[in-house]
Amino acid sequence: MAAAHAPGPTAGWRRYLGYAVLIFFALVFIFPFVLSLASSFKTLPDIQANPVRLLADPEYGWTLDGIQGLNTESVRLPRWFLNSTVVTVIATLGRVFLASMAGYALAKMSYPGKQILFALIIVLLAVPGVVLLIPKFLILKQLGLLNTYAGLILPLVFDAFAIFLMKQFFEQLPDELIEAAAIDGASAWQTFSRVMLPLAAPGVIALTILSVQGIWNEFLHPLIAVPGAPELATLPLGLANLRASFGENQPWNTILAGSLTATIPIAIVFFVFQRYFVQGVAATGVKG
Amino acid sequence: MAVETPPTVSEAAPATGPLKVGRGTQLKGAGSLGWLFSAPAFIGLLVFVAIPIVLTAWVSLRDWSGLVSPFNTEYIGFENYNELLFEDGVRRTDFALSIRNNFYYVLFVVPMQTTIAFVLAVILNNKFLRGKGFFRTSYYFPSITSSIAVTLIFLFLFQTQGAVNAILPGDAINWFNNANGLFHNALGVIGIDQPPAFMVENDFMGVTFWQWIAGPSVAMFAIILLVTWTTIGTFMLIFLAGLQSIPESVDEAAKVDGASTFQTFWHITIPLMRPTIFFVVTIGLIATWQVFDQIYAASFGGPQKTTLTPAFLTYFQSFRNSEAALGAAIAMMLLVVIVVFTFVQRRFISSSGER
Repeated sequence: MAAAHAPGPTAGWRRYLGYAVLIFFALVFIFPFVLSLASSFKTLPDIQANPVRLLADPEYGWTLDGIQGLNTESVRLPRWFLNSTVVTVIATLGRVFLASMAGYALAKMSYPGKQILFALIIVLLAVPGVVLLIPKFLILKQLGLLNTYAGLILPLVFDAFAIFLMKQFFEQLPDELIEAAAIDGASAWQTFSRVMLPLAAPGVIALTILSVQGIWNEFLHPLIAVPGAPELATLPLGLANLRASFGENQPWNTILAGSLTATIPIAIVFFVFQRYFVQGVAATGVKG
Repeated sequence: MAVETPPTVSEAAPATGPLKVGRGTQLKGAGSLGWLFSAPAFIGLLVFVAIPIVLTAWVSLRDWSGLVSPFNTEYIGFENYNELLFEDGVRRTDFALSIRNNFYYVLFVVPMQTTIAFVLAVILNNKFLRGKGFFRTSYYFPSITSSIAVTLIFLFLFQTQGAVNAILPGDAINWFNNANGLFHNALGVIGIDQPPAFMVENDFMGVTFWQWIAGPSVAMFAIILLVTWTTIGTFMLIFLAGLQSIPESVDEAAKVDGASTFQTFWHITIPLMRPTIFFVVTIGLIATWQVFDQIYAASFGGPQKTTLTPAFLTYFQSFRNSEAALGAAIAMMLLVVIVVFTFVQRRFISSSGER
């Protein structure tokens, strides 16, 4: 097949150029992470003296100062990590569960007002979170949820896109399955939980992965939900306020080690479930 | 297109009519069941998304600092909007600056991320290429990481004694503290370092013409690079999916007709990819007008307000400056802009029959 277009001399240099561009960009995208990793274990004077070197200058040597700086009075990374984990796990479970139910209802059940609910989803999809900061704060305050775990988690559970995505997945399943389940005497709940939900597993997994990533990285919501409770800060919130807590001399090894700590769990999820991320992008494309 | 509901069996029946027998479980007491299944999610959406929109609109019409309950405040009509758009003062100037800054940010980020993502996707789509998976993964990886974490990494790279200055020739630049506009700098290079009088004497919304044409500040430019770097991977994947949907026979036919690679690219690939390009540009526009996280973590609106954006100003006025109603008015204007972009996008995409 390839022989049909045997690359001539021009195709040759074009290919090298292609590789050169690809390798250049691969470096641009990867090197910052590698350099950050190396610098997390370098001493501060070494970082200032040799900002691009991946190996510690022997004069300074490697150090765990950066890592140790992550657990102090003002930098409470283990706590932030715990908070992020709790928020991500609970909010993801809630989001996937409720969105599956609502998506199933929209796709496969008939009830008055359904069209209005779906229209509402389509409208809410267009609304960016950043314009809702003030009223969200007000509502959390009214409900007494400000500076609580509940306030940190609950609003992240409700996501129009999640419902939309699950509706799409359930629509692909044939109606005959529901009828067959009914003939076998299954209740509506059993039909949903035992028959339809397992069949929508690819959708459930894709939504779970997308939600884990989105909620773990979420910054806006914690910023307004726990303004007065540093012990409830998530990783992004804690890290964002990190710089302010240091003065002129930024302990870069600590800051970078903290940033990588926020990155590593998602990186692991990413490498294990890579194809779901790609599907997620395709789904975002559908979102429009 | 996604916005249209494909007809399903359940929808074929009138929503409220009496239940017909023999249509399966889905119709047995379907009305209340459907509500039971959807209610939890929708009540949450109402409380945390729909009602907040109404609340934003409502408080934007009141004299509210944010410190007390808004229910005891005075209705002042469109006064907040008036102060932002028409009345002389620091509120209008800040708002104007935020629009200027965000405009330049969009002007750079959207074309840069679209072009680079497209070029990388075209190269990666070459079937003779090896190591595709590696390149794709490395480009996409920054997109999935925390915006705050990568912002801190960029602060490190762009510090005065940092890696970027070490690699670039010339004097070290204090990137995140440099408020000089890039266009001003460019004019300075060709010898125009004094603004013409009329550009300083005239202003629009309290910002002089000379300030309007400043371009993004050096600090904003560093944020532009950061965001472009983060988003290229996502758009590259979208382009790649689009390219892979072009049948190979199209390219082959062009080759048989004697078209060069460049001609094929220009006259075949780009026209066929137009819907995807439109999609990427519009989601780029929608996202770039909301930039917040990077501003908060990197520059907090500074230096000299050159990285203020409407989204950041909303937050700043509401939570740091006790001008919550003013913040709500900014949020409403931002909401209108973004919703308009989104619906224009949906309209074009569904009418082009793609996706």
